[in-house]
Amino acid sequence: MIEARGLVKRYGRVTAVDGLSFTAPPGSVTGFLGPNGAGKSTTMRMVLGLDAPTAGTVTVNGRPYTGHRRPLREVGALLDAEAVAGGRRAADHLTWLALSNGIPRTRVGEVLDQVGLASAARRRVGGFSLGMAQRLGIAAALLGDPPVLMFDEPVNGLDPDGVAWIRTLLRSLAGEGRTVFLSSHLMSEMALTADRLVVIGRGRLITETTVAGLLAGGGGDHVRVRAAEPDELAELLAARGATVGREPDGALRVTGATAGEIGDLARARGLGLLELAPQRKSLEERYMELTRGTADYRSAPSPEPAAS
Amino acid sequence: MTAITAPARGDFTDVVRAEWHKLRTVRSTAWVVLIAFASNIGFAVLTAAVLAPRLDAGERGRVDVVQLALAGLHLSQIAFGVLGALVITGEHGSGMIRTTFAAVPRRGAVLAAKALVLAGVTLVASTASAFAAYLAFRAALPAHTLTGTALSDPGVARAVAGGGLYLTALALLGFGLGAALRSSAGAIASLFGLLFVPPLLLDLLPRSWKDTAGPYIPMQAGDQIYIASHREAVALGPWTGFGVFCCYAAVALLAGRLVTDRRDA
Repeated sequence: MIEARGLVKRYGRVTAVDGLSFTAPPGSVTGFLGPNGAGKSTTMRMVLGLDAPTAGTVTVNGRPYTGHRRPLREVGALLDAEAVAGGRRAADHLTWLALSNGIPRTRVGEVLDQVGLASAARRRVGGFSLGMAQRLGIAAALLGDPPVLMFDEPVNGLDPDGVAWIRTLLRSLAGEGRTVFLSSHLMSEMALTADRLVVIGRGRLITETTVAGLLAGGGGDHVRVRAAEPDELAELLAARGATVGREPDGALRVTGATAGEIGDLARARGLGLLELAPQRKSLEERYMELTRGTADYRSAPSPEPAAS
Repeated sequence: MTAITAPARGDFTDVVRAEWHKLRTVRSTAWVVLIAFASNIGFAVLTAAVLAPRLDAGERGRVDVVQLALAGLHLSQIAFGVLGALVITGEHGSGMIRTTFAAVPRRGAVLAAKALVLAGVTLVASTASAFAAYLAFRAALPAHTLTGTALSDPGVARAVAGGGLYLTALALLGFGLGAALRSSAGAIASLFGLLFVPPLLLDLLPRSWKDTAGPYIPMQAGDQIYIASHREAVALGPWTGFGVFCCYAAVALLAGRLVTDRRDA
């Protein structure tokens, strides 16, 4: 369990994190989402006691991180996979970590096996690809068999096999009852992995919800209908309280009635339907809506194609 | 959610073991030890075989036998100073310091363990290489060139061991600067600035000022511990000089501690 309450971090006049509160509960994967520069990494550094909050608190399993005597047994974290001494061998990197927290050295071999690096144990870390470095970082996080795991952008640099592997790993860690907290700026990635979402922008909480809740909430869902007699159907639907608009291709855009209701109505009146398609906004679109206006760095809108 | 557990015993031992494992699993440590032995012994043999026979009678009376034998310290001190700085700035440079402080949030314990391990390795390597160098010096010295060269002669054993002490304190000075400045280039530049610039500045001062301040500058003070008996009139005694040198290291370590506690990693 990770609990943040009113976290604030200022660097001079820049406020990186601004009154952030959220909870990452055990037994689920909590995705931590936001555009680049939203304050995700800063927040994670505060969770680990690396950066001191300007105000507010964050606890891990009920205590500030720095209050844990053997923190690697409480929290496994991967912040920056390439922040390792390049001259050291992979097994030695894990060994010093194990020694520092009184973790049995047999765990080194076990976690190397678990992440698929057993054959690279004696290789120097400097020669690792980013994907291998990510795996080593994940091995380090798993070393103390901790109930809480935290990863900053863990799929960066992984090939498709690696991405699939990490998704399965994160799901199974949460399935064992652990708290899994991971950041990403990609909703598409989170949609496949996370149960819960903490969405931030410019250091502030935008929403804390479940993936299902985010999909259900918000407006914009509609049904696209192409009918043999569109005007007649539109009148009928409007009479029933639905809102009917027109798409550029002449199809109806219906909100306030489900596809089933529209189909029943058309059948009862003997009207022909050529197309009946519910349109839901994707998670990606919902996320874009939520974070619009909070991204610090965005590209200029691409010019509209010239009208023909 | 979890019960508050009593602090486990032996925590600091764990941190020391972790830091020791770190220090011995990077190649730079072995290189420094190698350079220390090669430079200390190599220069000892060269001065004994080449320089000592050329000294005239007057010079033979004034020269200090251990200072001459440990000429290699001028090079090996650079290696130890750099090692001391890199032990901490290497981690700042790669970002691994965050992994370290995440594993052991008690930053004071991390610094203390690093300093202890660094001091231990340096003391063993530098003392062993100083004695090896001195024995090589005596073996290579042509007969009847210098007197008072036996380890049992006044001040000789202390001065040879003092070579090891000087290098150890120097490594800790480098470490303290590294912790305070958190940058390899900055720490190494200021370490050698501290050693080599004050003697140049002193030469610009009037004679009386030079005699007053000179003995207290880091290199002058630190050198005294590896001089057997023939020191300059105004110089501090061996242990006083070494004490002053240790004060410089202590100030650097304290500054490193304060910066490490207060700054975000």
